[in-house]
Amino acid sequence: MRSAVKKGKSNWLLLLPMYIFTILFVALPILYMFLLSFLSRAEVWGVDFTFTLENYKRILEPLYLGTFAESLKLAFLSTGLIVLIGYPYGYFMAKMNAVWKKRMMLLIMIPFLTSALIRLYGWIIVFRSNGVLDKILMGLHITDKPLKLLYSYPAVVVGMVYSLLPFMILAVYSSAEKLDFSLVEASRDLGASSLKAFWTISLPLTLPGLLSGIVLTFIPSMGLFFIADILGGNKIVLVGSVIHEQLTKGRNQPFAAALSAVLMILTSLMIRLYKKLTGSAELEGLM
Amino acid sequence: MKMKKWPFVYVGIITVITYIPILLTVIYSFNASKLSSVWEGFSLKWYAELFRDRDMREALVNSLILAVLSCILAVFIGTAGALGMHRKKNPVNDLIAGVSMIPIMIPEIILGMVFLSVFSFMGLPFGMITLVIAHTTFCVPYIFSMVKARLVGMDKSLEEAALDLGASPVRVFWDVTLPQIIPAILSGVMLAFAMSFDDVVISIFVTGPTVNTLPVKIYTKMKTGVTPEINALATLMLLTTVVLLVGAAVVGRSGKKQKA
Repeated sequence: MRSAVKKGKSNWLLLLPMYIFTILFVALPILYMFLLSFLSRAEVWGVDFTFTLENYKRILEPLYLGTFAESLKLAFLSTGLIVLIGYPYGYFMAKMNAVWKKRMMLLIMIPFLTSALIRLYGWIIVFRSNGVLDKILMGLHITDKPLKLLYSYPAVVVGMVYSLLPFMILAVYSSAEKLDFSLVEASRDLGASSLKAFWTISLPLTLPGLLSGIVLTFIPSMGLFFIADILGGNKIVLVGSVIHEQLTKGRNQPFAAALSAVLMILTSLMIRLYKKLTGSAELEGLM
Repeated sequence: MKMKKWPFVYVGIITVITYIPILLTVIYSFNASKLSSVWEGFSLKWYAELFRDRDMREALVNSLILAVLSCILAVFIGTAGALGMHRKKNPVNDLIAGVSMIPIMIPEIILGMVFLSVFSFMGLPFGMITLVIAHTTFCVPYIFSMVKARLVGMDKSLEEAALDLGASPVRVFWDVTLPQIIPAILSGVMLAFAMSFDDVVISIFVTGPTVNTLPVKIYTKMKTGVTPEINALATLMLLTTVVLLVGAAVVGRSGKKQKA
């Protein structure tokens, strides 16, 4: 058992960097954020260390409550569309043969790994006044003047859906891949309609992937202020945009911290719900 | 099972739509006109302009340094952590592992906000150091969880056999454990690198006045107006991703053949 003793000693050395790093740069900073949210802004610069609930009261003002509502609305809308588009995509992909699976995976990963900004940039070309979409629509005589789609709500929704769709596809795919399609076949042989077979077998068995995809798209969609910024101009203000503004122009760290704290609580509630529904601790398809 | 045709058609159509904006970016990078609404013929002038842009080159170098440093740190922290936690399970380990995953679970903006306030509280000068710390926090989870998943599926008896045959623990690590977890580390690094190289939200908050990363630079350019230079840059970045991914696929395939 000599090696076991050695193992125990070297174990600490292995764990030490992870412990130190996680406590110092993840746990403490997040605790600091919660502390900060109960402090107030100093007169000129920085933070005044006196306890207050003012920041949270301010969030309840109609202006900021409206921002939260607007963010949630956009997140729900985008996530809904992503489910509708991404679920069948991931599901069908899992049914393909090995060669096509690999090809499709490559096609999904190329834009996914390139750059979120660069991918949004392409949509500017599409949506811009007298841009590609306007030209096509006017060419087909569907409209007779530019639609002014850039800097509009639909453009932001498209940007959100486009940026986050791969998360859903990968999550559903990884879950559907494990699905034993012979079960579906058996139920079909026994006389179930294809809809019934899907509803009673495929959907429940791919539910962890679907739910994980929802979490993975809903959570980031509340924070991706740059999509609203680039494709929505400054017309659409989301929680993310307010946090950004409070930190930069407003120089109000405590208020930004309170907004972040609320956003973080919403996020952890969602993850809780996911764990409760699926009984699984890890998000499917995250890696 | 016989497959119907329409699922393929559906997947095909969605895939084509997702590639339209990308292809447009590539096409317009060769457009002689500054306006994307008119086509004035083929030209490479935006590429020439891109290569002359010193700020852009500096930003690219910064982004590469940042991603490499964060990945190196994350490989050490994440791999060691996964190995240590795999050997001995206890609730404190689980807690630390859970906390270490937070950076990729919460919206990026929260992480950016947190680091901005903490670094200004600590009085750290904003720049490469703050960027590396912030990026390492979200690189660690990718490597940690990849290695952890690999260790779970690994055959322990190989390590035990090597130990029984008298190999030192260090030797066992180098000759038995490491070769088995290298693929997991590499796929973790690939994801972590891509995330770091692409990050806008967190970088905006923790970057200093003198250090620009490529995504931050692109973001400010995109906000101030459209420059065809970005088209050229996008095309080059896309090309790099394609080469890397196809390269990885080819290497993976030949690796498998060797094993078989």
